[in-house]
Amino acid sequence: MKKTLPLLTALCCAAMLPAERDYAEFDKKISIDQQILHALDRLTFGPRPGDIEAVKAMGLNQWIDLQLHPERIAENEALARQVGPLVEPKLIPIEQLLTPQQIRLLRTGTVKEARDLLATLPPEKAEQVLTQMPVVRQKVGAAVAKGVANQTGQAQAQLRQLLTPQQIQLLRTGSDKEGLDFLATLPQDKVAQVLALMPAVRQRLASQLDGDMRMMVESAAKDKQPGRAQPGQVLAQAKIYRAIESDRQLQEVLVDFWYNHFNVDAGKGADRYLVTDYERNAIRPHVLGKFRDLLEATANSAAMMFYLDNWQSSVERPAPRIAAVKNAKQAEHGLNENYARELMELHTLGVDGGYTQKDIVEIARCFTGWTIDKPRLGGPFTYNDRMHDKGSKTVLGAVIPAGGGKADGEKVLDILARHPSTARFISRELAQRFVSDDPPPALVDRMAKTFRDSDGDIRAVLNTLFTSPEFFSQGAYRAKVKTPFEMIVSAVRATGAQVDNAGPLVKQLTTLGEPLYRKLEPTGYSNVGEDWMNSAALLARMNFSLKLAQNQMQGVRLDPGKFSAVPADAARQLLFADAAGQTLAAIDKEIGDQQSDPGLVAGMLLGSPDFQRR
Amino acid sequence: MFSRRLFLKSSAVAMFGTSTAPAWLSRALYATDAPSPRKKILVAIFQRGAMDGLNVVVPHGEKSYYDLRPNLAIPRPDGTQDSVIDLDGFFGLHPSLRPLKQVYDAGHLAIVHAVGSPDPTRSHFDAQDFMESGTPGQKTTADGWLNRVLQPEKTISPVRAVSLGPELPRALRGHNEAVAIDNLNDFKVRDTRGASAFENMYAGTHDQVLNGTGREAFDAVKRVQAIDKQPYTPAPNVHYPPGKLGQNLMQIARLIKANVGLEVAFTDVGGWDHHVNEVGGKSTVGQLANLLNDFGQALSAFYLDLGDRMADVSVVSMSEFGRTAKENGTRGTDHGHANVMFAFGGGIKGGKIYGDWPGMEREQLYEQRDLNLTTDFRDVLGELVTRHLGNQHIGSVFPGYDQPKFRGLLGA
Repeated sequence: MKKTLPLLTALCCAAMLPAERDYAEFDKKISIDQQILHALDRLTFGPRPGDIEAVKAMGLNQWIDLQLHPERIAENEALARQVGPLVEPKLIPIEQLLTPQQIRLLRTGTVKEARDLLATLPPEKAEQVLTQMPVVRQKVGAAVAKGVANQTGQAQAQLRQLLTPQQIQLLRTGSDKEGLDFLATLPQDKVAQVLALMPAVRQRLASQLDGDMRMMVESAAKDKQPGRAQPGQVLAQAKIYRAIESDRQLQEVLVDFWYNHFNVDAGKGADRYLVTDYERNAIRPHVLGKFRDLLEATANSAAMMFYLDNWQSSVERPAPRIAAVKNAKQAEHGLNENYARELMELHTLGVDGGYTQKDIVEIARCFTGWTIDKPRLGGPFTYNDRMHDKGSKTVLGAVIPAGGGKADGEKVLDILARHPSTARFISRELAQRFVSDDPPPALVDRMAKTFRDSDGDIRAVLNTLFTSPEFFSQGAYRAKVKTPFEMIVSAVRATGAQVDNAGPLVKQLTTLGEPLYRKLEPTGYSNVGEDWMNSAALLARMNFSLKLAQNQMQGVRLDPGKFSAVPADAARQLLFADAAGQTLAAIDKEIGDQQSDPGLVAGMLLGSPDFQRR
Repeated sequence: MFSRRLFLKSSAVAMFGTSTAPAWLSRALYATDAPSPRKKILVAIFQRGAMDGLNVVVPHGEKSYYDLRPNLAIPRPDGTQDSVIDLDGFFGLHPSLRPLKQVYDAGHLAIVHAVGSPDPTRSHFDAQDFMESGTPGQKTTADGWLNRVLQPEKTISPVRAVSLGPELPRALRGHNEAVAIDNLNDFKVRDTRGASAFENMYAGTHDQVLNGTGREAFDAVKRVQAIDKQPYTPAPNVHYPPGKLGQNLMQIARLIKANVGLEVAFTDVGGWDHHVNEVGGKSTVGQLANLLNDFGQALSAFYLDLGDRMADVSVVSMSEFGRTAKENGTRGTDHGHANVMFAFGGGIKGGKIYGDWPGMEREQLYEQRDLNLTTDFRDVLGELVTRHLGNQHIGSVFPGYDQPKFRGLLGA
């Protein structure tokens, strides 16, 4: 008996081993100090000086629990002041800003009249007008609207460095002749700079400039001009501030995660105006709630309906013969499958979740009529029953009887949210984000079970994750390569740098490969850390690190003198752990016997392999 | 055989400052010469957004084209500035592509019409994905055709596969090393002290992923920085337009001339998605005209800049799908099907429009709305891959498509 058992065991092991990937590292526990650092690395955008002590004082489990309940964390006053004006501009009623004649002119006047009037208003007022009067925005055109958006904040500051307030006022409200006479007194390149920062004025005067001057002005305007608002630019700045400063760190990490999961590209047409509302109302409130609620909020958003073209999806009708009716119906193109496909492939079941092309068509039919009121003016989401396909549909085996309305789509959301493939797909994605690129299947299974048992409660699923042995294991510890966003934010947090203007950091993210809110594909940015590693991106991280640490990063302030002159000590300041031997050796080799330059050493540490992982 | 007089006649030859055409143009560049010992290079340009091929290479001989596009059609060739530049009596170029007419007349620019992906998707991202992965209809392909093209070599240059831009495109993802370079001058660690420390750190790290990427990065940096430090000057009288495409092509030209071992290069240009206001008050004004202005100048500048070297270099353009035959209600066009590809260099027999014209009568249109497909994009790319780059394993470059029908751009 005793002799045969080992043989049997050996046979069993031999049969198991070859096909299985080894997840043994996830069985090995890490020390308590490592656990604290790990929790900070995963639940926040990177530790700040003092964070480790604070977590220790509170107790690790209590801290995690607190992060899972952001409503118990007081809002950061300073953050609210910084971010508020960016994303939640106080709306002043138009009647308080303009005279009735001005309002009438904007609404019913010509394009030129509207543009000229806007040019006379101070930028904050013009911005208010454009935000609240989409008809006007449509009329004056994207260029002017963008230009007005530019003028608040950064561009204003730049303009004030070039001209006095009286001169600015003259250009805005004076006659064309007065404006041109004044410009003639300035050196040519200054004219180009000024007009680059005042697009409404440029629009008015450019045609009256001579050829060479005009070309100079146009090229200055097209150039990498300061404050040129890219779609989603303002929201991107707010995102950076929040990631750096918010005390509700896990919440912000999850906003990033879920926005990516339910990706919308701010560069696509009307989405430019829709993403702010989308993130604030469809994503943020639901990040720790029920998945079904989050799913529903995204499905009921103008941003998503526009992004995935569902707003155009309609039941096929015979072409109307009357021209007027024809034009009105131009938006109805017949069935559009885009949303239905991505809803299953990317939002819920996953590409292997068990659906067919037929299911895509049937689901698309269910969502006909989920559209946007006045789409090109950024109108709200609306359900249009006229566009709805009222036939009966069969979705993943379930029959949805004929004669339904909006409820057809809602039924689909129910089916998808409760599908076992969804539990697994979502759990695996969360595990990829919070544990490792290739998370242990056993953990994913347990999370999926929690998902099913709790009817898709995201907080419960995360709790299963954070209390799992795999989370605090060698397999997970420092296993993830930081995304560009994580790298930049963690560097700012670790150094304690002050961000006065997040614009340059937003631009820097493009160089690192992650332009915020500008992911074209609905897959969103990758959760797999290794996907972010390529030569250009790595070089960009190195350059950024050296710039930041030596206080050469525009818009950011820090004092390199606060870093230790001893590389090993500086490493502990920035990495909150010991640096690898090779890293310190390379730094020592470089600085040799020279007087240590703390900024340079800190830069080398931020760009080191050690800092690229979390 | 090309005639020098053709060039002198043409008035819009702005890039030639002198009255005589450069000597190299009067030489035959084709395969009858001894094959060049230098590596062959393929440059792929992706026009993102679905270019409107019908308004770019205009079938002015097709009556339906004018019936379907009362506001957007480019006027039939009549010698005026805004009308089609005739090419062969049936097709012609959009007038904003004037710089490419010379390349066509010189017998170097080939055009393929009614070409594209057979997959019916009209989703930009899906279609781009399919075209870059080289497997239309399949979403699970992890790498790209341009990466699979690279063959095992004894010595591999760290910059054999380069994409101009901050992100490595789908087409270049895969097992072979490929580098994304946004700007040659910036492709390095700017601080030299930091540079050597980083190089050592990454060379010594036990972190396999970072070790590999680090090595790749610094190898590529060395190659690129070894190129002449002076700002690049193109060939005499060659001017690249200032936009991103022109600058990217200029950098590719620079890499080629520097002989760093470049084999494949990729760049893209966006903005072609003209659902609204595609054409302005006249054909040479408006969104499409602006893009074509830039496109034509950029490609012809590259062609002229490389001069002799074009014998080794093929350039091909593509777009994920075309646009509807009929204009829509907002002075634009919507997502369609078949499109146009341009190709020149490396022995390509230009001065001709390849492909089978399907016609534009209602029943001849794909789903009665789009230009029908008569050539698969893999037929064109496949021919360049096998006959120009010399990679005979077409089945591995385009899995599932091992019987392409070459159109003869590079021979019978």
